[in-house]
Amino acid sequence: MHSLANSVPTKEGRYGKFGGQYVPETLMTALIELQAAFDEAMADQVFTNELAYYLKEYVGRETPLYFAENLTNELGGAKIYLKREDLNHTGAHKINNAIGQALLAKRMGKKKIVAETGAGQHGVATATACALLNLECVVFMGAEDIKRQQLNVFRMELLGTKVESVETGSKTLKDAVNAALRYWVTNVEDTHYILGSALGPHPFPKIVRDFQRIIGVETRTQILEKEGRLPDAVVACIGGGSNAIGMFHPFVDDEAVALYGVEAAGSGIDTGKHAAAIAGGQLGVLHGAYMYLLQDDNGFVQEAHSISAGLDYPGKGPEHCYLHDIGRAKFDSITDTEALEGLQLLSRTEGILPALESAHAIAYTAKIAQEMDADDIIVVCLSGRGDKDVHTVRAVLGGEQS
Amino acid sequence: MTTLQQAIEQVKNAGNKAFVPYIMAGDGGLSTVKPTILSLQKMGVTAIEVGIPFTDPVADGPTIEQAGERALAEGVTLRNVLETLASFRQEIAVPLVVMTYFNPVLAYGLEQFASACVAGGVKGLIVPDVPLEESAILRQTLNPHGVDIVQLVSLTSPPERIARIAAASQGFVYAVTVNGITGARASFATDLEGHFQRLREMCHIPVLAGFGISTPQQVVSMGALGDGVIVGSTIVEALHKGNVAKVEALVAASKGTIETSTPL
Repeated sequence: MHSLANSVPTKEGRYGKFGGQYVPETLMTALIELQAAFDEAMADQVFTNELAYYLKEYVGRETPLYFAENLTNELGGAKIYLKREDLNHTGAHKINNAIGQALLAKRMGKKKIVAETGAGQHGVATATACALLNLECVVFMGAEDIKRQQLNVFRMELLGTKVESVETGSKTLKDAVNAALRYWVTNVEDTHYILGSALGPHPFPKIVRDFQRIIGVETRTQILEKEGRLPDAVVACIGGGSNAIGMFHPFVDDEAVALYGVEAAGSGIDTGKHAAAIAGGQLGVLHGAYMYLLQDDNGFVQEAHSISAGLDYPGKGPEHCYLHDIGRAKFDSITDTEALEGLQLLSRTEGILPALESAHAIAYTAKIAQEMDADDIIVVCLSGRGDKDVHTVRAVLGGEQS
Repeated sequence: MTTLQQAIEQVKNAGNKAFVPYIMAGDGGLSTVKPTILSLQKMGVTAIEVGIPFTDPVADGPTIEQAGERALAEGVTLRNVLETLASFRQEIAVPLVVMTYFNPVLAYGLEQFASACVAGGVKGLIVPDVPLEESAILRQTLNPHGVDIVQLVSLTSPPERIARIAAASQGFVYAVTVNGITGARASFATDLEGHFQRLREMCHIPVLAGFGISTPQQVVSMGALGDGVIVGSTIVEALHKGNVAKVEALVAASKGTIETSTPL
């Protein structure tokens, strides 16, 4: 039977017209080698068993699929389940990919790791995997993000990682990716780049997807156990799109399951201060991939804006762009204000403080749950915990909460 | 033979080495584009690489990135650079090679970009984030307008791949001399000679060395490996500081004259 899910990427790394390999020649050989090494590793039971071992014993998988009864009752619509990626070691889904790629790097004989980070979650996850597997690690982080996420910087340093501040451009995630790519070009012979989202040149979007697929694979089994059927809708926030593609991919061939990706609308799409490339961007190339991109008429990349540093990226992963174009997934957006409401709603009703990123998915779920029937089922990917954001949230809500 | 290749072959046939300076267009404002190009032309350079600023120049080191940020602050774009070139096209005799990242070309529209290249007298195009695999669309669109697509080969490219790049590249083959980004280097890998020898055997068009070349001595030593050199960051820095003597010394070195007393 034809599988839509497995029809992309092509061997050229295309998802429909999206994706590809737009990188300097110096990186091409490394990408070709990486692709071969990844395919070979995933076909080798020694590797997949090792990965499974660390995911279970070290990361703490499987994560629960929790029925959020209080939230369901509060909203008075569809039954809401939360996929608790926030309960992973290091507090987010990012570790799934970081462990996978670090094991892959080790298998390829690379001793050094470079990574970028926005909010710091991927940086912490990578620093953690490198500490565990005895790899040398350097993480590039925008100077603006370093200011916003001081604690995560310190966490990475405790884990033995070198954090490099990026002072160029907008000093945020996209500039950290630029710096990490430059570092990789210069040190490509002994260094692997652990890209943190479903972005970048082929094969990165596929590698990240395949290491994050476990989210959706577990969810599928768990919901069948609990409800005896698949959900009606699956919701995930999307910056570059790693937690979303991990959740979506195992459901892509189930046409009855609606897939909702939630972009960050920042101050509102019409203000121009947002991170919603699908809602408000044009087609373009950045960091190796053809995708929806925030840019001006001259093709200069624009800064993304979101209260959540993890969604603050001007592009969307190529597979999401493809799922949008063929109409398989629906993409909508949630503003900073709505996300903060979502964060408070989940904290108050369930005693779960979500990351600001995940709060976008919660806020969107609150909207659609009320329009659905009581016997409908929604699964939300709760991609990370909110401890890292308490400082940011307090700065905004300060008065009324304290 | 294309205009660009012909210009390099002429230098080669005269027993000399090609010298291609890179400039960041509009570093100092759009009004600097014309005098900069005309003065380099007068110095006798082989061709000029006209760099277009971009927000995310992943192949460039700090010198060119900062020049790009200055140009962006001046409102310089791919479009207005090409319009500026068109405005004094009659005075341009030296082949111009535009170097731009891919996204500004896509935003311009490939066909409109091709027409603007013709109007601006552009003879070649280098897009550092479009490797061989993605480059067919550029050749299809720009070749009918007399614009060569120059491909880069790197130290990491295996021989089989170098052969394919050499076959596809037009005008010349741009041989990257370091693993890394643009910018000055004190030293280079030791196996460069072997690398260039293999390159020259595989390439039916001239081979120019680029990335990291910053002194008259390096212009001579790296030029000797192939058919000449491309010098970027050092030229950009010198032009930014108004140090014309330094640019002249680099051009002179390519013609076999090294003046050790030159202020560097």
